[in-house]
Parts: sequence; C-alpha cells; structure tokens
Amino acid sequence: MPLLENGRIVEDFWTTIGGDELLPPTGPVIVPLDRLEDGLARPAGEKLGVALPPDAEIAVLRAALPRLALVGVTFPTFRDGRAFSQARALREHLDFAGDIRVTGRPLPDQYEFLLRCGVSTVQLPDGADPAVWARAHERFTTAYQPAVRDERAEGFGLRRFLA
Amino acid sequence: MSAEILAAPSSGIAPVGHYAYDQVDRAFLHDRVEQFRDQVARRLSGTLSEDEFKPLRLMNGLYLQLHAYMLRVAIPYGILDSRQMRELANIARTYDRDYGHFTTRQNIQFNWIRLEDTPDILARLATVDMHAIQTSGNCIRNVTCDQFAGAAADELLDPRVHAEILRQWSTLHPEFSFLPRKFKIAISGSPNDRVAARFHDIGLVAKPGRHGTVFDVFVGGGMGRTPIVGVHLRDNLPEEDLLAYLEAMIRVYNEYGRRDNIYKARIKILVQALGAEGYREKVDAEFAAMDRARYRLPPETVAAIRARFGTPALDAPSDAAERLAGARRADAAFDRWVRTNTHSHRAAGYISAVISLKPDGGIPGDATSAQLDAIADLAERFSFGEIRISHMQNVVLGHVRQDELHALWQELGRAGLASANIGLIGDIIACPGLDYCSLANARSIPIAQKLSARFANPDLQERIGDLQIKISGCINACGHHHAGHIGILGVDKKGEEFFQLTLGGSAASDAAIGQILGPALPEDSTVDAIAHLVDAYLVHRTDGERFLDTYRRLGAALFKDAVYALA
Ligand code: HEM
Ligand code: SF4
Repeated sequence: MPLLENGRIVEDFWTTIGGDELLPPTGPVIVPLDRLEDGLARPAGEKLGVALPPDAEIAVLRAALPRLALVGVTFPTFRDGRAFSQARALREHLDFAGDIRVTGRPLPDQYEFLLRCGVSTVQLPDGADPAVWARAHERFTTAYQPAVRDERAEGFGLRRFLA
Repeated sequence: MSAEILAAPSSGIAPVGHYAYDQVDRAFLHDRVEQFRDQVARRLSGTLSEDEFKPLRLMNGLYLQLHAYMLRVAIPYGILDSRQMRELANIARTYDRDYGHFTTRQNIQFNWIRLEDTPDILARLATVDMHAIQTSGNCIRNVTCDQFAGAAADELLDPRVHAEILRQWSTLHPEFSFLPRKFKIAISGSPNDRVAARFHDIGLVAKPGRHGTVFDVFVGGGMGRTPIVGVHLRDNLPEEDLLAYLEAMIRVYNEYGRRDNIYKARIKILVQALGAEGYREKVDAEFAAMDRARYRLPPETVAAIRARFGTPALDAPSDAAERLAGARRADAAFDRWVRTNTHSHRAAGYISAVISLKPDGGIPGDATSAQLDAIADLAERFSFGEIRISHMQNVVLGHVRQDELHALWQELGRAGLASANIGLIGDIIACPGLDYCSLANARSIPIAQKLSARFANPDLQERIGDLQIKISGCINACGHHHAGHIGILGVDKKGEEFFQLTLGGSAASDAAIGQILGPALPEDSTVDAIAHLVDAYLVHRTDGERFLDTYRRLGAALFKDAVYALA
C-alpha cells in the first residue's frame, strides 16, 4: 500500500507485524500495542514503531516513547475521529517528534486535518488515488484555529497560513 | 455596555452586528465551494460511494429528505444583512419552490434542492459571504446566540463577538470534525436565558468580570430521545482561556464519547456516564496538560475581530418615546402588536421589533421569497440593514426608532407579516415532520396549523398570555417538545399518527423537561385536548400567572382530568 508524506508518495521502510508473527531480529518494525514489550526487547539501535488502537490512551506510551520512532494511529472508518485526538495529544502532551502514521480508512478530505493534528505519513487505503490526496492538501491556504503545526499567523485574529 | 466598548469599526463596514469578511475570508469560502464542487463531481461520477459522500455533503448542510435534498444554510449567531437576505430570496426563487424555512437553530433551510445545483447555490451564497459549512454532520454546528444581542436592555454583554470567534475557531477544526455526534454551542450575554443554554452540548453565558469578560459554562444538555438539562460545569472562565477550555471539553468527548450506538453518542450521555465530577476531572486534567499558550485567546485577537463588526449609530430624536406612545393611543391594533412583538432596547428612543413568521393557520418559520425581500427592504429602511433570526423561528429587527415603529408596523401589515402573537399560543414551534422528514412518525405541521387557526383570535391569545407550544414529529425532538410549556410529540400507533402531550417544560432560565400527561391521542382529538388544557388553566390561574406556573403550582391531575375525564 502506497505511503504518503507531504502529498507525495514515498518509500516505506517499515514492516508491520501482526498479532502472532515472529519479530525479525533487525530492521524497522511496527508492532501492535500488546506486543510493545517484544519490540522493546530488541537491541536498542533497531527502529521500533507501535500501532495504537483507537481506544488506547496515549499515556500508555509514556515510558516507551524515547525508544519509539513511529506511532501508528488508525481509522476503522473515516467517521471515527479518535485518531485526530491521539495524534494531537502525542505531539502536544508527550512532545513526540517521530513519525505519526495513519492506517485504516481515512478519506482524502481529511488529509489536511490529519497533517494539522501532527500526522506525518498516511498509508493510503486500497484503491486510493494519490492525486486526489495531493489536491486535498493544496485546497486551502488558510485556517482559523491553532493547531500543533504552529502555522504562521495570517493578518489578524485567529487566521493562519497553512504550510 | 455593549456598543460603547466596541472599537471604531474599520471603514467600509456596514452598521450590522456581524463579522465583515475580507479578501482572505472570501478566498477561503471560494476554496470551500470548489472543494464541494469536486466532491459532488466525484459522487456523480461514482468515485465516491453514497456512504463516503454522506459525511461530506452533511458538512456542507446537504440532507437527503423524504422527497428531495434539503440545504441548510448557516446564519451565524442569527445575524444577516439585507443583501444576504435578498440572496436567500433569490435562491428560494431560482432553486426551490419560492420559499425558505427558518429553523430553531437560527438557520434557513431550502427543502427542494437538486444535488447538481448545490455547488452553484453555494457559490451564490459565497458572493454574499454566506455558506452551509457545518450545518449538519458530526461536527461543531452553527453557534447560536440571543436574538436581542447588542440591543436588549437586560444584557450584560454583547456575546456576538465571541460567537464569531467560536464560529471561526470551529470552522474546519482539524480535530473536531469527526466527533461521535453533532455538537451544538449556544452563547448568551444576558441573565435572562433566551438561547436555551442548558439544552445545548455546551452553553455559555458571558458576563463582565473584574478583569474582562468571563463565561459560565454548561455542558451536556440536550433534547432528542434522552432530554437532559445541562450540568453547570464552571463559573467565571476567563476570556483568554475560552478556546483552550473548549478544546479540553471537546477532546475528552472525542476520546471517550460512545461511537457504538448513535442514540448514546451525544456528550450528554458521556457526562451522565462519568458523572459531572468525573467529566470535570478529565477536562481539568486535559486543560492542565495542554499547551495553554498555543490556545490562548489574547485580548488583541478579540479586539481585532470586534473591529470588523459594524455598530449602528443610535441617535433617536428626544421625543421618539412620546410619539410612539401617541401612536399607540391612536391605534388599538398597533398597540396590541407593540405589547406582544417588541422588546426593550438599551438605547433611549429605540426598540426591538419581532416579525412573527407564525401567521394564523400558517406553517411556523416559513417565508416566501417576496416576504424575504420585503424584510430586507424594511430592515434597510428601519434598522440599519440588520436582520436577526430567533430560535423561535421568527425575525427580529434589532434597532428600530420608536417614532418609526408605527410606519414599520403598517409596512409589515402590507407584507402579511404583522401577526401579533410573539410568546403567545400562536407562536408555535414545529419540526418539519412527516411532510418532509424520513424519520417522522407523524405530521407536525398540520397540527401547528390547526392550533394556530383555532386560537387565531388576538383577544383570546392575549388573555391566555405566555404559553409556548412545541411540536416534534418523532422522538428526535427537533421541535423541542420537551421544552414546551405544552409539548406535542408524534408517535406511531400501529401505523396511525398519534400525539403525546407533555406539560411543564421550559427552555429558559427555569429550564425543565415536560412530563407526559397521559396516553397519546389521535390527531383529531389533539387540538380539542389543547383547548381543554387552556380552559382549565384560565379557570384556575391566579392573577398574572403563566400557564407554566399554574401547572407547576397545581400539578398534573387537574389537567389530566381536563383532557381524559370526558373521553
Ligand atoms: C427533516 C430533516 C431533519 C432530520 C432528518 C433531523 C434529524 C434529527 C435527529 C436524528 C436528531 C436527534 C439527534 C440526537 O439527539 O443525537 C435531531 C435533533 C434536533 N434537530 Fe433535527 N432533523 C431534521 C430537521 C430539523 C429542523 C428543520 C430543525 C429546526 C427547526 C431541527 C432542529 C433540531 C434540534 C434543535 C435538535 C435537538 C436538539 C439537540 O441537538 O439535542 N432539525 N434532528
Ligand atoms: S423531530 Fe423527528 S420528525 Fe421532526 S424533523 Fe426531527 S427527526 Fe424529523
């Protein structure tokens, strides 16, 4: 599945591990939250990511965060907006600076929202047209509220320029 | 204090109490229309499934009703200018069946819209700085406000600048556009609650504090199938924390609100499940953890937005009040209309006039394109080109000179808009019901029309006094029946339309949920039953006592007998 970053398709170096798959000894892997311990047991130099289910509280990652290079958040359906809050809390409360990756079934029309909540990459759902996603990113040039991206103020009031 | 503290408006801003767009705001709206045009094209070509298109069209106010699409256009905090009203009239003429319907949330709906036309309609709305953004969908909806804001004598603070700030802040909010369920915020600046603050997901009451504006915050009120009066969450929230605190409140809801059952998804259910204390603790924890500097609302931001509001120059002649008094003495019908359809103004020589959209036997809240145009003209002539929509589905001209009120009333009469029934039994709220709505059990509109015709006599109406009838065609309660002094709820009994009566509700500062009176009635006995209730009230009331207070004093038994003993 193609991976989108800043409106462009990029190469995906990560391997996502299922519930009972064996962890490869080396290489970047994304483990499910309930296998975080297995991931942390690998050598400290190996890149580690964790996939967070929508009902998980961000705080469960607090201790492990320095070891994490990626946190995955997911949309079981586009209607379920919990991942927006998870991403924002990761950036805002835990100062997480790594990759926040979206999986599941988001819509391109949600792309700008995702970016503004601190998401960095999106694993596009099957059949998604990357051009539509890129267009969604370019649609708006201003926004009306603070977000974790700390965009530059536009004129007066609450407005800011979208990056 | 409202107008006096307003900064001098920037040049070129009309004297209307809403935010004046600039080029950046217009460019944003243009982008939004083009985005929707693209979405409609993707839907028509089949790239988007109806399931995927639905939340996108809903966030642009487009519903699929029983017979056609309905477009709900936002009227932020209920304020319009004449130019905007004329464009609404144009849209009614061009794309609908020549009328529009004002809703209980200060919006206007067009009931007969074609999907293909909606991008063009939105483009036309954008030419007058209007839109349908977030008038439906599981997002923060149009923020509603007191219809007498900035005019009322009893107001502590004009809440419209803060309503505008909330409108901007919630527009395409990145985190809160896919909440568990819709989210409604109301804001008032008067101790006399005219916005039903306690029946909203969040209700705010603004007031002057020792160091600037502060807010009392209510949460988790609502109607629908689980009517709940909102919890008083906190007092004296400082203005600079307004956005941060709302972010915290809504984030807790986004994270913990139920998503498994749409009937349990509103914030009121979460607040009930956690308890007021439990919810408050979570909000406070979030508030403490968040980057408060980022969400701070500095006074300069408030001032900058306030500077884009128009202010009317109020200078009535010194004999304005006297001349109004003279006109009232000379014309009994006018005098009656002034008694029922006006509201005291903070400025000497001015008054606010309510234009009833509840003609005898008519459909509550409907207005033809000719009436919309007439209102636009009259607003220009008599009230600085400013028009307000009330949550009672009426129209208000906020700043009318008292010496010109008689002329206004005569013009309203010519346009068929001079019904003298505000706050009386004829001022009925009714949802669209089975005539339009696919969720309905029963037709609300014909009941409203029959009641309105039955009690058309103005003497009778005035004798009955303050009495609010509210009608919903099903348990979703769009007609606020829970908050009616008399509520009427359409129910389905083996495929037949029946109506259940509730008594004792109120949406005002004495907020209460009405109690079911007894078994539901068939349509043809419902109007009679209301007449019996009114008769019983007239017999038992004490001097000056409202229906609601008689009911509260004497209880249900008497009224139950009045309706069911004869049957
Ligand atoms: C015909 C199309 C309509 C449909 C399908 C519809 C549907 C609904 C539904 C399902 C609810 C319950 C939501 C909940 O409790 O979570 C609701 C509530 C509500 N609707 Fe409507 N509605 C329609 C038209 C209207 C109109 C025309 C108005 C205004 C006159 C309106 C105002 C409201 C209000 C004020 C509430 C309840 C207050 C609250 O949010 O707690 N609706 N509607
Ligand atoms: S109360 Fe029921 S019938 Fe009336 S508009 Fe709402 S959903 Fe439709």
